[in-house]
Amino acid sequence: MTMNPDLVDKTYKVIGTRVRRPDGVDKVTGRARYGADASAPGQLVGLVLRSPHAHAVIKKIDISKAEKLKGVKAVITSADFPDHTNGDRGLRDILENCMARKKALYDGHAVAAVAAVDARTAREALKLIKVDYQILPHVTEVDDAFKANAPLLHDDIFTDGITPTPTKSSNFVKQAEYGHGDIDAGFREADVIIEKSYKTEQTHQGYIEPHSCLASVSPDGMAEMWVCTQGHFVYRNQCAAILGMDANKLRVTSSEIGGGFGGKTHIWAEPLALALSRKANRPVKLTMTRDEVFRATGPTSSTSIDVKIGAKKDGTITAAFAELRYHGGAFPGNWAEFGAMTGFACYDLKNVKTVSKDCVVNRPKTAAYRAPSTPQVCFAVESTVDEVARAIGMNPVDFRIKNAAKEGTKSSYGPVYGPIGIGPTLEAAKNHPHMKAPLAKDTGRGMACGFWFNFGGQTCVDMNVTPDGNVTVAVGTIDVGGSRASLALVVAEELGVPYDAVRVVVADTSTLGHNDMTDGSRGTFSSSMAAVFATRNAIKTLRERAAKTWEIPLDEVVWEDGAARAVGAQHGNRAPLTLKEIAAAAPGSGGPIAGHAEIVADNAGVSFATHICDAHVDKETGKTTITRYTVIQDAGKAMHPAYVEGQYQGGAAQGIGWALNEEYIYGANGRLQNAGFLDYRIPVCSDLPMIDTQILEIPNPHHPYGVRGVGETSIVPPLAAVANAVTNAAGVHMNHVPMSPPRILKAIKALKA
Amino acid sequence: MRYEAPATAKEAVALLAKEKGTAYVLAGGTDLLVKMKAGMVEPDLVVDIKRIKAMREIKKTATGFSIGGAVPCAALTENAALVKAWPGVVEAANLIGSKQVQGRCTMSGNLCNASPAADSVPALVAAGAKVAITGPKGSRKLAVEDVPAGVGRTNLKKGEIVTSIELPKKLAKSGDAYLRFIPRTEMDIAVVSCAVNLTIDGKGVITKARVALGAVAVTVLLVKDAAKAIIGTKLDDAAKAKLTAACSAACKPIDDKRGTIEFRTDVAGVLARRAAETAYARAGGK
Repeated sequence: MTMNPDLVDKTYKVIGTRVRRPDGVDKVTGRARYGADASAPGQLVGLVLRSPHAHAVIKKIDISKAEKLKGVKAVITSADFPDHTNGDRGLRDILENCMARKKALYDGHAVAAVAAVDARTAREALKLIKVDYQILPHVTEVDDAFKANAPLLHDDIFTDGITPTPTKSSNFVKQAEYGHGDIDAGFREADVIIEKSYKTEQTHQGYIEPHSCLASVSPDGMAEMWVCTQGHFVYRNQCAAILGMDANKLRVTSSEIGGGFGGKTHIWAEPLALALSRKANRPVKLTMTRDEVFRATGPTSSTSIDVKIGAKKDGTITAAFAELRYHGGAFPGNWAEFGAMTGFACYDLKNVKTVSKDCVVNRPKTAAYRAPSTPQVCFAVESTVDEVARAIGMNPVDFRIKNAAKEGTKSSYGPVYGPIGIGPTLEAAKNHPHMKAPLAKDTGRGMACGFWFNFGGQTCVDMNVTPDGNVTVAVGTIDVGGSRASLALVVAEELGVPYDAVRVVVADTSTLGHNDMTDGSRGTFSSSMAAVFATRNAIKTLRERAAKTWEIPLDEVVWEDGAARAVGAQHGNRAPLTLKEIAAAAPGSGGPIAGHAEIVADNAGVSFATHICDAHVDKETGKTTITRYTVIQDAGKAMHPAYVEGQYQGGAAQGIGWALNEEYIYGANGRLQNAGFLDYRIPVCSDLPMIDTQILEIPNPHHPYGVRGVGETSIVPPLAAVANAVTNAAGVHMNHVPMSPPRILKAIKALKA
Repeated sequence: MRYEAPATAKEAVALLAKEKGTAYVLAGGTDLLVKMKAGMVEPDLVVDIKRIKAMREIKKTATGFSIGGAVPCAALTENAALVKAWPGVVEAANLIGSKQVQGRCTMSGNLCNASPAADSVPALVAAGAKVAITGPKGSRKLAVEDVPAGVGRTNLKKGEIVTSIELPKKLAKSGDAYLRFIPRTEMDIAVVSCAVNLTIDGKGVITKARVALGAVAVTVLLVKDAAKAIIGTKLDDAAKAKLTAACSAACKPIDDKRGTIEFRTDVAGVLARRAAETAYARAGGK
């Protein structure tokens, strides 16, 4: 049945409180089970052989010696993965990425895998596999990939979105355009036009927990997998499709997750573990090393972006244009297109146009990373916005306030906005004490704002009343950032019981219908909507039981504060029936009491943030130190404010790392030079100040409690906020991220010269 | 792989000398175990020297300090006399890795791992430290700067181990300092580094100096021209400019994932000037 998802006007009892998180004690005492904590009797160790070449034809793989080694139970190659993808290009790419077929397309691409009785034997077996490669020229830089003479990765890519469709294959996957108005006319109206080009390097999500899974396939075709993932239903569906299994035969149980940020929305080595288990007839555990996580999972695109913005002297932006070039790693993607949609979303623009160009390069397959594709374009746009403000002599906050999108604005990517938070976050930034605090020597202040769509999608929730009158909730969305606490809060709120009366678990794939993965900041938004609906269904049953007990019509029974109450003058003296009483009477009143909801959650509610950053630059070494940082973001409604603050801080920390030091460094040979946390430099604790947060609550009108997703927007502004602060500290305009010390020092020297 | 934990240096030397396969000395293990886990080395023999009691002591001797080859860097910070005499050396040793790493790692291991970016080595070179070596043919001493032969290679012969690091007595009116550049605040490896050790007279004029640079060549460099630039001066601006120029001139760095030639060359001079200022202040100069 369809339920009304719209905002309910009420005062909350438990929503918005900082209750103890349900996973906290287990996590700090080591009880929590992560991916690599799964084990099974007789399990084997799975290891993967990876290409050392950026681009090579696999002429022959000889596994005979490895298979003969004592203790080796299975060796697999692409020959063990017949193509079941039936013309589905996306699925075929996933298959080819999991195990190279005719060609190795990047340094780290899997070419074979073994399962053996122990790690030592498995390592020895890898050395015995002989791969005959024919090395091909490679291309790793996004701008080089578009060149006419660039090495060609695939012979079946004919640029989509160009008319007429090219007849010659290339690395140029897709072109798309967004916008409205007439930018040429808009630029003619401008008093000032700033036009600049920017580059950003490839980053990894940098989650602490490496990918790990335990796969067990029985001879009768039934299979189980325990895995660290952001979406066990998606993993099930994709693994089953690739391996030619029925989805119901593969039961996937998710572990706790030590970070994902988008990187665990895709399958990588899981099909290999299943295929090894199937061949060996034993459970196989496959845990990636850190080196493998960097070389062979899904980092971001590196990008090259041109931006042109024109404005009148009064501060009105008259036209905005951007061309974005992104790569999907070795496989087609639409990453640039995401950037083209989000780039100017903060502004109310009469004339705007963005053009996206997606390509492939010899790097690992790009995956989502927290508001994917948006931090890069935000860096380019918000740096240019600051320059335009400077050129017309306007304060950067006032300039942004003047051009901010509002309710009724036609967004740069098409839809017309409902109530949104960009204006309020900018006003809050303008009035924040941080904005007025004095600055130390060689320190500059920068700001930037950012946008993310947010997403809803398919969700199932089962809510069950226990015989003693407590509640269990089973959900199918992975808890990556506090959704179990938030769901317990909404069920407690809806039902009128204490938070502690509700326990939420993430169910396995055989116990609920399909759930989309936890991405697009959808976890709490969509699951809480489904949890509200499931609870409302259970409440209807609870009222029916009370009506039956009282022998009165259902419409004379209401549910309030955890109990059924009879309404109307004739029932004035009737004592309420509590949840506990109704649950205790359930065996005689119709059996167990439960509520279910299976929904597609629409209208996720867009999200905006404004960040303020103070940066100190050592002008002799180019080293940047972030001395103060403030995140202001619209949460719609902060169900559990501490988790929301944590999301704001986490995104800012990752964005600062991206801004300053994180980057994939490839050698001339196309090999990744820094596949580890020593030389892929994410910030350590002492690198960052305490990140201040301010939560604004502009309710999403299409969620019962006004919730918007909060997980991703916080990574969008930092690249630009840091860049603008560096400009104000050292006078240099950094158009290349990360702004590592050698790049900043070089820019400072150039400025002096 | 065999693991041995002898009780004396002599036994350790005998084990290493007669091993036909690949043999490694294990002190703190913060380099060796990482390399083994990554599959970069596969030793046939590992000789753990942490059970050798004499190598776990910091001793005050007639000529200065003798720091056993198995003394973890964190222990240096607990020896008040050593911290007072050689603050630059102790600070350098305790920039290595993290707190956890510092509880295991040793300066002798840092030296014998022979990375040009080793943090404690420039400080030891500037201090004029020597190492005591025991081998199959007896004992010998070597200046710290003569131990590394190249990246990952030392001048130790088969079977030889560093049993202690010998720091000289601190001269009156002396000070040392070590600075390194890393893009982060900790948990990192020097992109470029510099140690300065100097002595001044009653008027504040520098009479002796040693300047060492790290991560700008295949081994740590002792830069004599840099010392010359400041000897006879009160570390005035002209002397600092000459010091900076001499250090930059001595650099023979590479472009790699951690930094560029240009960056290392520029920053070597900056760090030298800053380290010299600290050392000068520690010596009592104003």
